[in-house]
Amino acid sequence: MSAGKEIRTKIRSIQNTRKITNAMEMVAASKMRKAQQRMDQARPYADKIRQVIRHLAHANPEYRHSYLEAREVRRVGYIVVSSDRGLCGGLNNNLFRQLVRSMKAQEEAGIGVDVCTIGSRASQFFGRWGGNLVAETSQIGDRPNLQDVVGPIQTMLERFDNGDIDELRVCYNTFVNAMTQRPTEETILPLPQQEEAETSHGWDYVYEPSAPEVLDDLLRRYVESVIYQSVVENIACEQAARMVAMKAASDNADKLIDELQLAYNKARQAAITTELTEIISGAAAV
Amino acid sequence: MAITMHVDIVSAEESVFSGTASFVLARSSDGELGVMPRHVPLLAQLQPGEVMLRDEFDEEHFYYASGGLIEVQPHVVTVLADTASRARDLDEAAAQQAKKRAEQAIENRSGDMDYARAQAELVEAAAQLRTIQTLRRRKGQG
Repeated sequence: MSAGKEIRTKIRSIQNTRKITNAMEMVAASKMRKAQQRMDQARPYADKIRQVIRHLAHANPEYRHSYLEAREVRRVGYIVVSSDRGLCGGLNNNLFRQLVRSMKAQEEAGIGVDVCTIGSRASQFFGRWGGNLVAETSQIGDRPNLQDVVGPIQTMLERFDNGDIDELRVCYNTFVNAMTQRPTEETILPLPQQEEAETSHGWDYVYEPSAPEVLDDLLRRYVESVIYQSVVENIACEQAARMVAMKAASDNADKLIDELQLAYNKARQAAITTELTEIISGAAAV
Repeated sequence: MAITMHVDIVSAEESVFSGTASFVLARSSDGELGVMPRHVPLLAQLQPGEVMLRDEFDEEHFYYASGGLIEVQPHVVTVLADTASRARDLDEAAAQQAKKRAEQAIENRSGDMDYARAQAELVEAAAQLRTIQTLRRRKGQG
């Protein structure tokens, strides 16, 4: 009965794995709900600051901030938002695949690329793949603070201010629903130009204390809020993707266990039949 | 009914208030700032302090913002606060404690970095206490 024993050990090990994937699925489901909540809570601020920025684009400010001016693009900066941990299906890989395609297109056009990563998966990937990694942060956890992502943003904004990069983009997964996450690439800086700005009335804000200071503050907050929003959204995506991946793993484990159980029963039955035949033929011979 | 405008107070974490008001009072970097409907467009930095708004029934509501920006359009006011809360949710004891801690840190300062942060904390704690006191005074009158 050596074959039977081997199969039994295998079944037991798969059962243990199934317990783990099942637990991870449930943990991911509850974390996803919380992440979704945080995503919804962060949304009003992002929406409002976008609205203010839109108003600003319609105004005719005397002072033009450098973030509002499109310039000739020679180098692009990417902020890549990924998860810290794996076991979440193709979430990160889908994002990276799209990113690599977009970066290759840039390089073919003779445009340089700088990368800044949030989350350890992205920094691992760009460590292997190559690319000019200028800043990274990881281990931001499930409940990120704005402070956690300020560092890389600061680095990229400085590069933008110095003219090292002429465009800043962010790549992350948008949360469509629990089953679908879409890799997204968005241009943050320079702010998209409004065509009708010329036709609107020539009004401008009153600034307190002064236009450069207020606009600096506002645009910095805008960039921070966009990145923060994308980080929070990516966490919700990570949990959703993990939940789905773990559900699939549990289902696969169930199927494997069923098949092995059948094989085990067959082997046992075959062994019994052989033994019986041997006894009967032995008795007949006597 | 008085002329009203739409007011939103949002912080990075959540939306604190969204509704109509006939008057908004905030603390900008140049001093107190009163806004009524049809105000000229304005963008200002906020100092830590209270944001008061009077609704169409002449009731006053107090909020606390720890700095941020205020945008004024003729009929829309948006307060983008770093952190905001309803003034009655403020914890006086905690604010007192924070103030004391910040003062101590300033007295025996160790590095420039700590000093700057302690000073910012002190300003914030003092602003919270001021908001609480204003709120209490108003209640005493009413």
